[in-house]
Parts: sequence; C-alpha cells; structure tokens
Amino acid sequence: MSMILVACSLFGIGLLGVLVRRDIIALLASVEVMLGGALVLLVGLGASVKHVGSPVSVEGIALIVIVVAAAEAAVGLALLVAVARRRGATRVEDLSEVKG
Amino acid sequence: MAALLMAPWLAVVVPLVLAIAIGLVGRYAKPIVPLVAMIGPLLVVALGIGALAAIPIGASAAAEPWTSQLASSGSTVWFGVGALTISVGWAIDTLAALMLLVVGVVALMVIIFSIGYMSEDPGKVRYFALLSAFTGAMTLLVIGDSFTTLFVGWELVGACSYLLIGFWYQKPSAMAAAVKAFLTTRVGDVGLLFGLAVLWASTGSLGYVAVMHGLGSMAPGAITAAAVLLAIGAIGKSAQFPLHIWLPDAMEGPTPVSALIHAATMVAAGVFLIARTWPLFEAAPAARTVLLIAGLISALGAALAAIPQRDIKKVLAYSTISQLGFMFAALGVGAWGFAFFHLITHAAFKALLFLTSGSVIHGSGTQDMREMGGLRKAMPVTFVVWVVGVLSLVGLWPLAGFFSKDAILDAVWIAVPIAGVLLFATAFVTGVYSGRATRLTFFGSWRGSGHAHESPLTMLVPLVLLAIPAALLGFSGNWIMTRLGEHPEPLSLSISGVAVGLGLVGLLVGWSLERGENADEILQVRLGRAWTAGSAGFGWDTVVTRVVVVPVTVAARVLWAVVDRYVIDGTVEGTATVARWAGGVVSRLQNGDAQWYGALIVAGVALMLAASIWLGR
Repeated sequence: MSMILVACSLFGIGLLGVLVRRDIIALLASVEVMLGGALVLLVGLGASVKHVGSPVSVEGIALIVIVVAAAEAAVGLALLVAVARRRGATRVEDLSEVKG
Repeated sequence: MAALLMAPWLAVVVPLVLAIAIGLVGRYAKPIVPLVAMIGPLLVVALGIGALAAIPIGASAAAEPWTSQLASSGSTVWFGVGALTISVGWAIDTLAALMLLVVGVVALMVIIFSIGYMSEDPGKVRYFALLSAFTGAMTLLVIGDSFTTLFVGWELVGACSYLLIGFWYQKPSAMAAAVKAFLTTRVGDVGLLFGLAVLWASTGSLGYVAVMHGLGSMAPGAITAAAVLLAIGAIGKSAQFPLHIWLPDAMEGPTPVSALIHAATMVAAGVFLIARTWPLFEAAPAARTVLLIAGLISALGAALAAIPQRDIKKVLAYSTISQLGFMFAALGVGAWGFAFFHLITHAAFKALLFLTSGSVIHGSGTQDMREMGGLRKAMPVTFVVWVVGVLSLVGLWPLAGFFSKDAILDAVWIAVPIAGVLLFATAFVTGVYSGRATRLTFFGSWRGSGHAHESPLTMLVPLVLLAIPAALLGFSGNWIMTRLGEHPEPLSLSISGVAVGLGLVGLLVGWSLERGENADEILQVRLGRAWTAGSAGFGWDTVVTRVVVVPVTVAARVLWAVVDRYVIDGTVEGTATVARWAGGVVSRLQNGDAQWYGALIVAGVALMLAASIWLGR
C-alpha cells in the first residue's frame, strides 16, 4: 500500500513540476520523475502479484522501460539543445507559437 | 407519316433537342442554322397531315373531350409519389391535328421569312434556336392528353415568348416589355394553376378524359370555379381584357416573332385550351359569361385603340387582341367550333399581316407609319399581300376572314343580340383602322428618309404562300366543322351583308381619316382627349400601374426595408456575430503555452475519470 502511495506521490510531484516549472530542463526532469513514479508502481505491483510459470519478468520490463526512457531523455535534451541554439531560449513562455 | 403517328412525341423532342444543339454549336455552322430550325415545323406539319389522314370522317369520338377518333395516343408515367402518379401522354384528335397544322405552317413560314429578315442580326443563331424550341413547346401544348402536359407546354411557350420579346436585350424597353409580358401572363397562369388544383381535388385526375368523365359527380360550384379559373388563364395567355396590356408592348420583339407567337399560335392557346376542355365550359354558364364579357370588351376596345396608333405593329397588336376578342365572344355563346375556325383563319391572315409589316419595316427602315407612305410603288408584292390580308381581316367575301367572322357574328347575334351589336360595331371599327393603316403605309407620297426597297425573295415567298390560305381558307369552313363534329350552318345572308357593308364603310372612313398632310394633328385637335386616350390604349396601362404595380412595388419596398433588412439579414448577420463572439472566447484557450495545454489535458483526464466513476457506480 505504501508503495502505491510512493508511486502516486512521485507521479503527482512530477506532474506538478511539468505544469508549473517554466524552464524546459526542469520540465524534462519532471517528466522523468513522473516516469519514475510509473516504474515504481510497475515493479511494486509486479512483486506483490503472484504469476506462476510466467516467462515475463516485471523487473526485466522495468529495465527495458528505463533504457527507453534514457534514450527518450537523450532525444529530448538534443531537441532542447537545438532549440536553445536556434532560438536562444530555454523557457516555455518563449516558445508559444502554437496557438489559435 | 404513319411512322410519325407511332411516336408523335418526336415532334416535341426533336425541335427542343435541335434548339439546344443550335444553341451549343450553331455559331460554327451559321448558314445551315435556319434549315435545322425548319426540321421541327416540318415534323409538326407532317404529323398534322398524317393525323388528319388517319382519322376517319364521321366516326364519333370514344370519349369526351375528343372531337373525333384519335389518330394516335399513348402515355407514360412521369413520376409517382406514393399512391399518386402523374403521367404524361399525347392524344391527337382533329382539333389537335388542325392546331398542329396551324403551328407548323406558320412556324415554317416565319422561319423562312426570318432568313431574310434577321440576316444582319448578330444574335440570329439564338433566334433560330428559340424559334425551334417554341415549336416543340407549342406542339407539346397541343398534343398533350392531360392538363399536366398542357401546363408544361403552356409555361414553355411563355418562357420562349419572354426570351423572344426580350431578344434585343440591350434595349431597356425590350427587357421591360419581356418582363411585363411574363408577369402579366403569369397572373393568368396562376388562375390556370388554381383551376387545375380544383379539378384535381374534385376528380382526382388531370387527364382530359378522366376530368370530363368526373364532371358529372362534381359540385356545380366546383365546376364553375374550375371553369372560371381556366378562363382567367386563357384570358391572360390570349391577351384579353383586363390582362391584355402585355401584347402591345410585346411588339418590342422581332416582327416574325410577333407573327408566330403573338398573332397566330401562342396567344391562340387560350382559345385552344377552352375548345379542348369544352365539356367543362358547357357545364359552367358563369364561365362562359366571363369569356363573353372579356371578349366583347377586348374586341371593341382594342379595335378602337388600334385607330390612332402610329406604330404599324401596334395597330396589328391591338387588332390581334380585337380578333381574339371575337373568338372569346364566340366561346362565350357556345360556338367553340366557330371560334376555332376563326383561330385558324386569323392565324393565316394575321401572320400574313405581321410578316408583311416586317417586310415594310425592313424596306422602309421604320415602324412609324407617318414616316412611310407611297410604298405600293416601291414594294408592289408586299402591297398586294397586305391588301389580301387586310381585306381578309375586315371580312370581305370571298376571303377567309369573311367566313369565320360572319359565322361568329351570326352565332353571337342569335344568342345575345346586344353582344352581336357590339361585334358589328367592332367589324366597322376594324375597317376604320385597316383603312387608315393601309393609306398611311402604302398610299400618298413617301415621307420617310432614305430609299424604300422591296424585300428579298426569302421574305416574299412566305408572304405569297401565306396569302393563299389567308384568301381561300374560308371555303374549308364546312369541312373543318364536320371534322370537328360540329354542325356547319349556312351563313345568314342578311348578317353577312350587314357585316360586309359595315366593313366597307369602315374602310372608307378610315381611308378618309388620313387625307392630306398633318391629318393626324388635325384629328388630334378635333378629337382631343379621345384620340390621345385611344393611342394610349385608353389608359388601362396607367390604371394597372396605379392599382397593381405601384402598390406592389411599395409593398415590396416596405418588405425589403423591414423584413428583409432586419429580420432576414438580421438573422444571417446575427449568426455571424454570435459565431465570431464565441470564436473569440474559445480562441483564448489556445494561447500557445504548452503547460496550459498540459493543464487542460490533466483537467480533462480528471474529469473523464470522475465521470466514469460517477456513471459506473
């Protein structure tokens, strides 16, 4: 139960960060925190549920997700660097072209 | 011809299709356009002759309202809605066959004449296309076996008439005349449409045979209402009082068109309609009274209005109203056979007179008779055929007009003597305006500018060809009557004598009106307002303008200023305003801030979760 609480807290903290931090680096970091919350939930629930004879290991899936997340973070940071070079800005309010 | 009787609808479809073809590609083959336009009328003539030959004489009709055995008939379902089916079909009896001959022959002559008359006109391809379309539409009107078919043809000829009156659409007066003709006949057409509605409601059908069969079970009031409404339709189409005002203005169109549409065929459609549906009028004396009164007022009034006209075509226009008045008077006293006989002879001599006036206009370059004069020397052939036409119009033996007009005079005189007196007066006035117009145009000395010349051969040949029936058609009276199943009556010698005498005296009076120079001005001073009023058609135009046109225009302006601008435009523009305002509100959500979008997504997800929990309880 406490594990679920920890997972939800992490997810909520990350979400709050995504919504309120104006710096894109912090924003990306908050996304990682959200992802961490999801992973905690995955591993925690995987440990508490019995799965007899299943060839799938939850820890294995979690590791794969971490690898993919690392790759995604790399792509995100690369984009960020590109934007910063091009626009000289790393703040969300400076990137507001997508509007009606 | 027998093959044509198997498929008479070809005489409708072919001219209409050819009209479209001429309109589309005619400009690439200008020389053959008139020849192509002639195919339709030739088919119509062939159909008429074939039908007449196929109908045995003396065989009685199978059902009302046919006047004889049918040469050909058939019908097909046009469309059906639920239990209601509307069919179109054809049925050719003697009445329709004779009408086909009139339409075909006059259309043919007019097209031949137009080759010369319209040779210089830049719009002649459109002109011949419209003539071909008119032929098809008129044939549809004539051979239809139901009110539905008749109505379609009726409206199509009206549309062709509109387009041909406004043929020279660069002239504002021509456009105005076209609109006037269209709207005025529309008043009558609404009457016709209501009449059809009454018949439909009472008999459940619009086929001629079914309607005539259902007359017996109809309420007398419904019969009278239907017949009066049909009579209003006929009055509008045939330019009878009080809906006659469009015909004099319709002279803005090319003169051969006036001969075809506004003298011989379309304006006679009203008479044809009533002859076609005669059993209905037989059962409705009130409607016959309407016809008689409209006919008498038109006959005498229009003849009087023809006297002071300066425009040669206006004389003929008023004369046409007057002669159609004769036919309506005959219908009013029940002599529909004589009315139809007069329709045929009138078609011959009035088409002749109109084409002759076209030749005169072509040769002298003016329509104003005061600028003509002495044309008998410059245009001898035109002069001779004009005299044939005019004497036929006045009704001198042995020309065609004599027989048909005297038959009508006879019938009306016996039925309603006071009406007979009015028609005798009309016969006299007919002589007056004919005499005046003839003297002004062909006698005296040349008053115009330039040099008058005789028309080319393509114009003279149809004139001479039309002069033959205009002169001799009268002798076919008994034959026509017998074939129509009517009883031919020997002409009363006294009636004929009086009528011919009055016509001759009228001619002399009309002749003497124009003696010397400035005769018109002298007459104007002597007769004062009567002359002026007559030349303006006795002010009926003004009356209609004041009573109908001005109030309608004012009402339309008020509706425009209030209803259109505030209610309709307000609604439309209001929609736009609301949409713009709502758009402004909603577009504020899209501020470009990614985090704001994220917050909205989170809120949305939260809402959906809440809703699914709430609903999934």
